[in-house]
Amino acid sequence: MTKAAAVGQSGAESGAAGGDRGVHLLREMLRIRRFEECCVELYSRAEIRGFLHLGIGEEACAVGVMEALSPDDAVVSTYREHGHALARGLSMRAIMAELEGKVEGCSRGRGGSMHLFDAATRFYGGNAIVAGGLPLAVGVALADHLQGRSRVTACFFGDGAVAEGEFHESMNLSELWHLPVLFCCENNLYAMGTALKYTESETDLSLKAASYRIPARVVDGMDVLAVEAAAREATQAIRGGGGPQFLELRTYRFRAHSMYDPDRYRDKAEIEGWKERDPIPALVAQLTASGALGEGGLDRLEAEIAVEVDDAVAFAEAGTYEPLDDLERFVTSEAVPQEQTP
Amino acid sequence: MTAITYREAMRQAIREALVRDDRVFVMGEDVGHYGGCYAVTLGLLEEFGPERIRDTPLSESAFVGAGIGAALGGMRPIVEIMTVNFSLLALDQIMNNAATLLYMSGGQFNVPLVIRMATGAGRQVAAQHSHSLEGWFAHIPGLRILAPATVEDARGMLWPALCDPDPVLIFEHAMLYNVEGDLADEATLVDIDKAAIRRGGKDVTIIAYGGTLRTALGAAEQLATEGVEAEVIDLRCLRPLDTPTIVASVARTHRAVVVDEGWRSGSLSAEVAARITEEVFYDLDAPVARVCSVEVPMPYAKHLEDEAIPQVADVVAAVRGLGA
Repeated sequence: MTKAAAVGQSGAESGAAGGDRGVHLLREMLRIRRFEECCVELYSRAEIRGFLHLGIGEEACAVGVMEALSPDDAVVSTYREHGHALARGLSMRAIMAELEGKVEGCSRGRGGSMHLFDAATRFYGGNAIVAGGLPLAVGVALADHLQGRSRVTACFFGDGAVAEGEFHESMNLSELWHLPVLFCCENNLYAMGTALKYTESETDLSLKAASYRIPARVVDGMDVLAVEAAAREATQAIRGGGGPQFLELRTYRFRAHSMYDPDRYRDKAEIEGWKERDPIPALVAQLTASGALGEGGLDRLEAEIAVEVDDAVAFAEAGTYEPLDDLERFVTSEAVPQEQTP
Repeated sequence: MTAITYREAMRQAIREALVRDDRVFVMGEDVGHYGGCYAVTLGLLEEFGPERIRDTPLSESAFVGAGIGAALGGMRPIVEIMTVNFSLLALDQIMNNAATLLYMSGGQFNVPLVIRMATGAGRQVAAQHSHSLEGWFAHIPGLRILAPATVEDARGMLWPALCDPDPVLIFEHAMLYNVEGDLADEATLVDIDKAAIRRGGKDVTIIAYGGTLRTALGAAEQLATEGVEAEVIDLRCLRPLDTPTIVASVARTHRAVVVDEGWRSGSLSAEVAARITEEVFYDLDAPVARVCSVEVPMPYAKHLEDEAIPQVADVVAAVRGLGA
């Protein structure tokens, strides 16, 4: 496939939702959805504060991409990253505790919703500077390249990031040095409250990556199977030494940008139109039709997830606050020392 | 002892680090084929190859960010930024990632990165290549800021900086690269925590760093002919500041002059002066004086540039003004 030919609708067939695998994908998306719905409630009860950016509607992107990664791979994410973190395998407990500002949180309550980190799963954080994570991902991949490790760094960012210089610098550098980065652009059509068409002279974002000679494809980000298939192809190419790959995942957030956003800039009909493409009911229908999801299967999944969410909330609420004496800990490292084992 | 330039000392330090540790690599603009804007990395591409001496595009944010990522991934990058004014293009990465990740991640991700850059005026390269912005960086928690002023520090600071688990920025005053000094044949370890007393004296403490150390020593020399014994402190590490060494000296001399090529308002000199007044106010016989750059964007014409930056005569006058 030539690089130019790689631009355009994904050639990857949206695979059939095979049995357990499909149910697994559904479960992961549902976990994210129910977790975030719970976050809304906790926010309205003032148990979560600060910025809270929900990815409801975008779950297929997180789940599909993570399925293509192995435990050794790395993830660099954004401030809208609950879904990425959950799908990557961070515990729901640690995430919820983080959102409640507890020391049991995955960042000790230092980061909150926008800054989830987890060394164990190589989750290099929610970066809240739009496009700020891209150079970082290039560097993580450079370290793998220099140390001869066959690993992929998946880097998530939104359509807004494409307007930043760091996006273009990172596209160029990653392809120039042929680094193992999977760029995942979650194009939800709005940079906060401003539509892509008001900010980009070229709204086909995959063309921008392709102009740096990075194989780029457009994927239906509302179809988890399509995302998974495209991500698997892309990671395979990267592991084969093919350099970076770019996926433009066309998706939509059903809720406002953050809890502060009155959402005046989107047409209700547009939102409703996208909700009809909700990735979760779509997969439920597919799995039901194929028989993978038997009678009562969805209810059982929902019940299991409700238990997990309740448990995470209970864990967070039972959590403790970091002692004030620790306020200045970790500004610098406490001991010189331990070599990092990446 | 061998006479060696500051540039050669820095190159030796980089070379030694590359030999000593496979995780060390160099990247930046013109570091490879060109040999380094100030020729610090000359010859290293030939010796270590393009994987370890990496020419980058003019993408400060991307290659500094890539340095941070590579540090997270287990490497020990030395990133060269051509000159301090260009570091502003990478400020997002330095401030929002390098300085912040360890804290924001609750202690999980430290960033063992070294960033070197040239700073300071004196070469008539005007207002976009000549400023002294290290004081800004010294404002940021999570960074260590070093300013080697001598050949010995140019040679000795890099390795301990690479051993630091957190980000270290090294500011090399551009007027120092050609300066020669004696270096012990056996490289000795230097301490990157402490200021150094470069000249002893009892009448006044002159506090300087980087490019202004020579100015301070020149002033001390001249003052000595007039019977004034000035103690000269080289700050060496601008963050964290070695406050005990500063205040102990001022407590003995009772007078202090801070020399800083940065602009006066909100400068590192302001921080040093504040610490002196906070800690040894009652030991002072005179207000703390400062000699800083005139608050203008650096002009091109030689006479204007000279007037804009601290000179020996300015420091001498400041000391005299304290009645020392």
